Amino acid sequence: MIILQIIIVVFVLFALSRVILRLRDKQISIAEFLFWTAVWIGVLVVLFVPGVMTMIALRAGVSRGVDIAIYVGITLLFYLVFRLYVKLDAVDQNVTKLVRIIALERESSVRRKRK
Amino acid sequence: MNQYGKWKSKGKTKGEKNLLKNTFIVIPSYNEEKSIQDVISSLRKAGYSHIVVVDDCSSDKTYKILRQQPSNVVHVLRHAVNRGQGASLKTGIDYAISQGADIIVTFDADGQHQPQDIAVLIDPIMKGKADVVLGSRFLAGTSEIPWLRAFVLKLGVLFTFFYSGISLTDTHNGLRALSRHAAEQVEIRHDRMEHASEIIDEIQKKKLAYCEVPVTIRYTEYSQQKGQSTLNSVKIAWNLIIRKLLS
Repeated sequence: MIILQIIIVVFVLFALSRVILRLRDKQISIAEFLFWTAVWIGVLVVLFVPGVMTMIALRAGVSRGVDIAIYVGITLLFYLVFRLYVKLDAVDQNVTKLVRIIALERESSVRRKRK
Repeated sequence: MNQYGKWKSKGKTKGEKNLLKNTFIVIPSYNEEKSIQDVISSLRKAGYSHIVVVDDCSSDKTYKILRQQPSNVVHVLRHAVNRGQGASLKTGIDYAISQGADIIVTFDADGQHQPQDIAVLIDPIMKGKADVVLGSRFLAGTSEIPWLRAFVLKLGVLFTFFYSGISLTDTHNGLRALSRHAAEQVEIRHDRMEHASEIIDEIQKKKLAYCEVPVTIRYTEYSQQKGQSTLNSVKIAWNLIIRKLLS
């Protein structure tokens, strides 16, 4: 096993342990758990059977296995950025809601005190 | 100059007088220590007795000035964190509704708007002819608009037409009036400057009756400094498109 493979295996095992821990803490759903587990196991498969990528690449009409890995990686990253954007937007709206509630509460409590 | 000036109760029906009494002026403000006092004084002088100012976590003396205003006339709300003009407007509108407002007027804190225009603005609502009345600086021809600003505003008009399907002469004017019914219907989700286009989009979606009336915008060095940059207009359009795609 070459050094790069050892490093990647350690990293994947670490990532998988995080995924399991997050499922145990109920921070992610079963669907999210399956998605991330599949992603990391996929990385291990490609690592030990590099021919798989070339096979998929040829089927997809791309000549090199590494090219398809880059295409899939970029697509996945775009998707994750989109998800983050949506999540951030929701968090932003919730912060505004809280700030608004506090502002309205404060004004009514000031008015109550004056009375 | 418009025909109204200061509010006169003479000649108004009892119903109209009640609506007038329940007209709330909502002013979103952020770092407006130089102009906020004059804006409030001019509104009080014009006879408005419900002025709601939302301080969007100003870092200057705006909040201190606001706290010195008579509390029976000026209602002060403060955001603990800066959330933007759209968020401030929504806070002010929600507050006005909770206080029993029948008509809500949105008014800028930088001194660009004229209190005498409010009478023209709320008249169609009082007469039951409209739910939303939008001020237009292009109808009267009394506003001396810098050419670049006029150009960007006209691009905004074009954008709004394609975005919401509503044809107006001025889409990004902060001076507008909403009936209670409209204020309850219109949802402002954009925290920042996109709210102006969003309100127009909401008029279309909720099928609210609307009209435009001529108003005068006073351009001063200060107000132009505080206004939107041309580059920011592009950002606003981009954010609107993204949010529309996401929803």
